[in-house]
Amino acid sequence: MATETTTIFSPELAARFDKLVTQYPVRRSALIPMLLYAQDEVGYLSPAVIAEVAVRVGIKESDVLSVLSYYSLLRTKPAGKFNVQVCTNICCMLRGGNELFEHCKKRLGVGNKGVTPDGVFSLEEVECIGACSWAPAVQINYDFHENLTPESMDSLLEDYRAKAGK
Amino acid sequence: MADVTFTVDGKKLTAPAGTLLIDACRAAGIEIPAFCYYPGLSLQAACRMCVVRVEKMPKLQTACTTAVTEGMVVSTETDETKQARKATIELLLGNHPLDCPVCDAGGECELQDMTFKYGAHESKYVETKQHREEQKWSPVVYFDRPRCILCYRCVRVCGEGMDVWALGVENRGVTSVIAPNEKDHLDCEECGMCIDICPVGALTSGTYRYKTRPWEMNHVGTVCTHCGDGCKTTLGVRPTDDGVEIIRGDNRDKSGINGDFLCIKGRYAFDFANHKDRLTKPLIRQADGKLAPVSWEQALDFAAKKLGEIRDSRGGNAIGVIGSNRTTNEETYLLQKFARTILRTNNVDHHRTADYAAFAAALKGHAGREASLRDFLSARAILLLGNDPTNQHPALAWQVRTNVRHNRARIYVANHAEVKLRRQAKAAVDLPADAYASFVEYLAGKDGGFEANDTSAAFRDAIRQEESLLVAFGSEFRGRDILVLVDFGLSLPNTKFACLGDYANSRGAADMGLLPDLLPGYVPVTAAAHFAEEYGSALPTQPGLDLVQMLDAAGRGDLSALYVVGSNPATRYGIDPSALKNTFLIVQDMFLTETAALADVVFPAANLYEKTGTVTNTYGDLQLVKKAADKSGVRTDFEIIVRLADKLGADPKQLVPFGKGVRADFGQTRGAQSGEADRHAVWLAANHLEPKLSPFDPFAILDEIQRLVPAYDVPRLNLLTGNDEHLKSELVQIDASADRRDLVLPSNDLLYTSGTLGRYSAKLTEVVESHTILMKPAEAAAD
Ligand code: SF4
Ligand code: SF4
Ligand code: SF4
Ligand code: FES
Ligand code: FES
Repeated sequence: MATETTTIFSPELAARFDKLVTQYPVRRSALIPMLLYAQDEVGYLSPAVIAEVAVRVGIKESDVLSVLSYYSLLRTKPAGKFNVQVCTNICCMLRGGNELFEHCKKRLGVGNKGVTPDGVFSLEEVECIGACSWAPAVQINYDFHENLTPESMDSLLEDYRAKAGK
Repeated sequence: MADVTFTVDGKKLTAPAGTLLIDACRAAGIEIPAFCYYPGLSLQAACRMCVVRVEKMPKLQTACTTAVTEGMVVSTETDETKQARKATIELLLGNHPLDCPVCDAGGECELQDMTFKYGAHESKYVETKQHREEQKWSPVVYFDRPRCILCYRCVRVCGEGMDVWALGVENRGVTSVIAPNEKDHLDCEECGMCIDICPVGALTSGTYRYKTRPWEMNHVGTVCTHCGDGCKTTLGVRPTDDGVEIIRGDNRDKSGINGDFLCIKGRYAFDFANHKDRLTKPLIRQADGKLAPVSWEQALDFAAKKLGEIRDSRGGNAIGVIGSNRTTNEETYLLQKFARTILRTNNVDHHRTADYAAFAAALKGHAGREASLRDFLSARAILLLGNDPTNQHPALAWQVRTNVRHNRARIYVANHAEVKLRRQAKAAVDLPADAYASFVEYLAGKDGGFEANDTSAAFRDAIRQEESLLVAFGSEFRGRDILVLVDFGLSLPNTKFACLGDYANSRGAADMGLLPDLLPGYVPVTAAAHFAEEYGSALPTQPGLDLVQMLDAAGRGDLSALYVVGSNPATRYGIDPSALKNTFLIVQDMFLTETAALADVVFPAANLYEKTGTVTNTYGDLQLVKKAADKSGVRTDFEIIVRLADKLGADPKQLVPFGKGVRADFGQTRGAQSGEADRHAVWLAANHLEPKLSPFDPFAILDEIQRLVPAYDVPRLNLLTGNDEHLKSELVQIDASADRRDLVLPSNDLLYTSGTLGRYSAKLTEVVESHTILMKPAEAAAD
């Protein structure tokens, strides 16, 4: 496709996508990686992203929506710069996940899926993130933080806020 | 594949290796419950209802995804599987509204049946149920989300089966939900396949919802009255004040040539029968020039008197007869017999949508060369020339798609339009709209006429390498072109053909001799042979006027009477009303059509769902239609013709030989049991006899058809049990060398239209309008 003129992505990403669709036996297999990369660049999967991805992999927008709505990692609304995902599934729940989540709500002043007014943090309650052995666990963007307590959570959030300033 | 032997519930079974356990069990009469498994669709393994214990396997296995292997030992109903299934149902019911008393599916719901069987009537859940309002997704599709058990059958049948892909699943886990492609509504083909396949009442039909309960209807399996594919449809009917009304159409037993399939017309477009404009009284034009209702007796007397006078004073040649594409074979046959023997005219024709006569001439003497609709499901290779099956022959398109999915059939499409079946095609060629004939010559090896390129060359090579081929062609082919095409096909190793015409009994109309030059079975009127003897009266031997000539003659004042049965030539052929002002016009129809509005006498006729007889689909599959509905006031075309003949002084027994053939008995043979009508019927059925006691009995005419038209002499019993029989199309007596006008006028009906009939279907009209609304923004964007 004529990506040069019509794409909403950066030239690098567009080039990457052009290549990506050629790498699988079936074109639509490129869908999930494409959505992830697009989300990293744009911040979320806007209608424009969905529309272009649908064209690129040759399926309908409703199909893209079906797939992306399955994955909690993919979002259709903007998140904060740092997306704090607190696990409250069984292992984490037994080791204080719920309390941790409540603490984050209070500390950040937002509810589930909320974004702080300055746009630095967003908060999300998620199911098991595969870090049960070190429960309770939290994932912030692509990084894991384990064996957390409300106190260590506070300092973690401070660290991130400091990073946001830069 | 090689057979394997395995044990299920102590029984030794054998099946080809690779067979799914669930199929192997079903074939052996062992029922394994299943929600998500559906034969012919991809595997989902979502519901876990089909779990069975397989020895040496650690956990319960899903029978719908487990292939049988040598020595496998399976138990299908143990305490363990029962408990597992019960738990599954409990989970499904966790959020189910249990509104069975008002649910459309109540009484024929798979979830109800399973709950009944496994007894999961108690719930351990205390959570509040999530309620969601019902949603209207289209005029025919409604969605009731809480009832959905997420089996994904609808998603698969719409995507894989229909190639529409309008339904999807959004979210996951407990929040999963079936979603339409346009957020809050559907943009789709409105076939209703998703509704029929839904095991519960989550998808419901705009026509049927909340109308009645399944057990309050009678169910009659008959043939769809719309296109030329002849799908079997089951009509749910219920008595009303003025007859019997149809409230539902579906595909109940799936025993027809259409398998699982019905399109929107077979499923929903039966509502014309209850249209408020339906005629229920005969009409006669009065002195003031207006049509007014009269009694049947008056109307018949009047029509017969005028017809008789004209025949006796001006001769049969002054009378014309136009028949229908939607009446039964028996009615059609009767009409031409009435015209030829009683009106003494060969001016007989109908609105032709395919050149079946040329096809018959081309196939003459070549046995087994006509394809049944069934053949498209298993053919290795199919060549589609012209036509757009998705719109014009929806069932054919379904067969082709299914064949590609199941057997990787190779489809070759040559068309001037972007038909949807190109998506399934192995190869496709774009043709100019006028190049079909030269393309066939090109395929046959004659270069020059057709502008060839690499694509067409590869296409030709591929076709000629096929070991067997089905060729389906549309009305782009007529006359000599058909002959050339069939000749080319016959030069390949093993070819069958299908000639695609438009209406439910277009084929029957041609086969039964609604043509000015041909008698039933395409026997030329110039050499009527056994017909002359059988009919017992002198038959006119000169070919009559065709439809266009009749209309011209009427315009010139040379046609004194015209008898139109179930046809609307005024609109089809754009007749100027004044052209018929000097012609005595009798019209027999359901509605006051543009033609009926010009008539001197109008008879209110029954439709195909209100009568018994046979119809022939465009592939030459003969099927029985059964009377499902009834409307007081109307009569079948069969009865009207017989009554007219009677009033004309003809011997009804001569017209309908109800004393010939197998005779009914009046009870003599049963001694003391005589006199009980119902037992009599049972007795007759048990002895394969039919009561032919009345001149209105279509089977008396079927007897005659089978006697006189060799192609139709197929086994009767199979037909009577509701199965299709393929004609022996090679047995025609046509004179292949004769030069004829084809007069083919395609109906150009699409998925949601069906000639005059479609205009009186409220549901089709609603769908057409909703799709216009949907299309508007796109149109606006285009300019
Ligand atoms: S009605 Fe037919 S085309 Fe429309 S969603 Fe249902 S299955 Fe798909
Ligand atoms: S709507 Fe019906 S067919 Fe579709 S997933 Fe739900 S229960 Fe199954
Ligand atoms: S495909 Fe033709 S015969 Fe079948 S249901 Fe549709 S209109 Fe009727
Ligand atoms: S339960 Fe929290 S990471 Fe698995
Ligand atoms: S039928 Fe086997 S899992 Fe649904």
